[in-house]
Amino acid sequence: MPLDEVVRKVMTGGRLNREEAVLLYRDAELLELGCLAHARRLVLHPESLVTYVVDRNINYTNVCTAGCRFCAFHRAPGSSEAYVLSHKELAGKIQETLDLGGTQILLQGGLNPDLGLSDYREMLRFIKERFPIHVHGFSPPEIVFLAKKEDSSVEEVLRALMEAGLGSIPGGGAEILVDEVRRRVSPGKCSAEEWLEVMETAHGLGLRTTATMMFGHVETPEQRIEHLFRIRDLQDRTGGFTAFIPWTFQPAHTRIPLAPLGGVAYLRMLALSRIALDNVSNVQASWVTQGAKIGQVALTFGANDLGSTMIEENVVAAAGVSFRLSEDDMIRMIRDAGFMPARRDTFYRILSTPV
Amino acid sequence: MRFQPTDPRLIEVQEKLEAGERLDASDGVALFRTKDLLGLGVSAHRVRLSKNERRAYFIYNQHLNYTNVCKNLCRFCAFGRRQDAAGAYTLSLDQVEEALRSRQEEPIREIHIVGGVNPDIPPEYYFDLVKKVKEVRPEATVKAYSAVEVHHIAQISGMSLADTLKRLKANGLEMMPGGGAEVFAPRIRRELYPSKIGAEDWLEVMRQAHLAGIRTNATMLYGHIETVEERVDHLLRLRRLQDEVPGFLALVPLAFHSANTGLAHLPPTSGYDDLKTVAASRLLLDNFPHIKAYWVMLGLKQAQVALSFGADDLDGTIVEERITHTAGAESPKGVSRSLLRGLIEEAGFEPVERDAFYEPVELRDGAHAVG
Repeated sequence: MPLDEVVRKVMTGGRLNREEAVLLYRDAELLELGCLAHARRLVLHPESLVTYVVDRNINYTNVCTAGCRFCAFHRAPGSSEAYVLSHKELAGKIQETLDLGGTQILLQGGLNPDLGLSDYREMLRFIKERFPIHVHGFSPPEIVFLAKKEDSSVEEVLRALMEAGLGSIPGGGAEILVDEVRRRVSPGKCSAEEWLEVMETAHGLGLRTTATMMFGHVETPEQRIEHLFRIRDLQDRTGGFTAFIPWTFQPAHTRIPLAPLGGVAYLRMLALSRIALDNVSNVQASWVTQGAKIGQVALTFGANDLGSTMIEENVVAAAGVSFRLSEDDMIRMIRDAGFMPARRDTFYRILSTPV
Repeated sequence: MRFQPTDPRLIEVQEKLEAGERLDASDGVALFRTKDLLGLGVSAHRVRLSKNERRAYFIYNQHLNYTNVCKNLCRFCAFGRRQDAAGAYTLSLDQVEEALRSRQEEPIREIHIVGGVNPDIPPEYYFDLVKKVKEVRPEATVKAYSAVEVHHIAQISGMSLADTLKRLKANGLEMMPGGGAEVFAPRIRRELYPSKIGAEDWLEVMRQAHLAGIRTNATMLYGHIETVEERVDHLLRLRRLQDEVPGFLALVPLAFHSANTGLAHLPPTSGYDDLKTVAASRLLLDNFPHIKAYWVMLGLKQAQVALSFGADDLDGTIVEERITHTAGAESPKGVSRSLLRGLIEEAGFEPVERDAFYEPVELRDGAHAVG
């Protein structure tokens, strides 16, 4: 099928199949992908708002047994740099977040063999009893790890965490949802099937989640697209994903010796995500990995959300990339691109529009 | 490209371009004001393809900032300082030779030489410097002295611009960089660079250079206090000179970096503004062969994206860039050729290693494999 026909199909609101997505991704010019993605974005979000959330990433532990080759953040159990946050430290960080107008925390950590389900439940209860804040926490690898450790089902673990106050699940740990890739870069982490099962179960229990993608390591273009379609297929069944967030692998201090992908590769994938994932409402720009400039340009390549203000971020910073943006910076960026900024909550409901 | 701009004003511009008509100042303002970034890119990309096809150039070069002492002390500059200030330096000819010899083994094609306007440097230094560089690096192009420095050299030598340029050329100067143009508007000059030469002098130096057979670049420092109208006026003045006396090879839009300058309160240029400036420059400067995406100022990611918004050149590998880094640039200080080549290929263009005059460099002696 020639590119022209695929372009026409997208412009008339048609749904891409895998072959068409591969063709578009391979052959379209950067600006063509941008035009298609932006057109799709305007159909889904004609109000020309760009949203963001005020939040903080809290990594409750850096101890992790997964040993992913792309990760610069984790430490082995017993390492002199290993940590688990105390409740007091947690409380300090959350209070600071609330003081800055934050509405959620992203709570994630490594697969720490010293922590069990009861520790997680205690942590959640501790937070929810004291602070009016939404906990967006524990990506699928953590859930799968806990289920195995407790010899329990994913559903039981999710129910136990929800009961203790978990509000939604971040889409981390998806990397590329193709086991051939996962075996090479993250053999100690849950399989693609397990990742999807956690999300399907969560959606079934009424927990909304995001989905992510980390690309630019050992995967092929076809495997990137396979990833998108697995997300799309699940979303067709559950409708539980609030947003899709692709970003590029950051190689510094990791065990995958590659040059990082450039801005063009990022924007192409972002645009294709917006085009292919016709059933996921929001697509987030990753200024944390791309910087403010590409982060802003992303707003016309399919992204309608700038993610979080990231009062704190540790994982990408460990890989040598530490861009910072204040809320004012974000507001200025959004306006400069011709959009209206809006603070949102975890579920993409508008909280306020800054004046 | 299967797309058109959506901004009605850009559609008019696109129609003008297709009819072979020249854009005017009001078109230029519309280019900068539009929120249709992709539509602007689409128009600029068409022009880029017609002028440079899918080529994206880069050069293996070396920067030489021979002094940071400067009597002009422009408010936007973090590099220049007084003679008695901490960190002030002026390279002796021996130090220059050492800097060049330390990289003698590298296949450097261009030595880019600019410095402050240091009142303590005698006229002979400038002529001796280019001569020395040419002697040590005969196979590299000596690209030396912005219009500001050439104007200063003429003044302190008591020679006309034409004679000064002739003598510099005889001593080895082969091309001139485009710095010091800033934004031509007198208001901007009064507020930001009152001690430096203004638009008329800058343009006159370049006119004389072109007449003397010296090719040059031009720049525009954007993202400080200038208006869109002032940017457009700047670009159109460059276009007019290029019509009258051709000689400009590239326009280099320079994204202002405010750290450590007298304008430190200003935020960095936005991603949109960078790309719009590249695209608007490509569309307005129909008589300029090249538009540069200077990665030192844009960052590598933005510079790469700019290749689809009208730019066709990433500039150089550059080792030891000082001026923008003194103003807080977060880009690396130098990059390898393989990195630049990789970025260009990833962006869907054909990498061409060039010399100073945009001639492709012959691959020889395994030079391709180096760096």
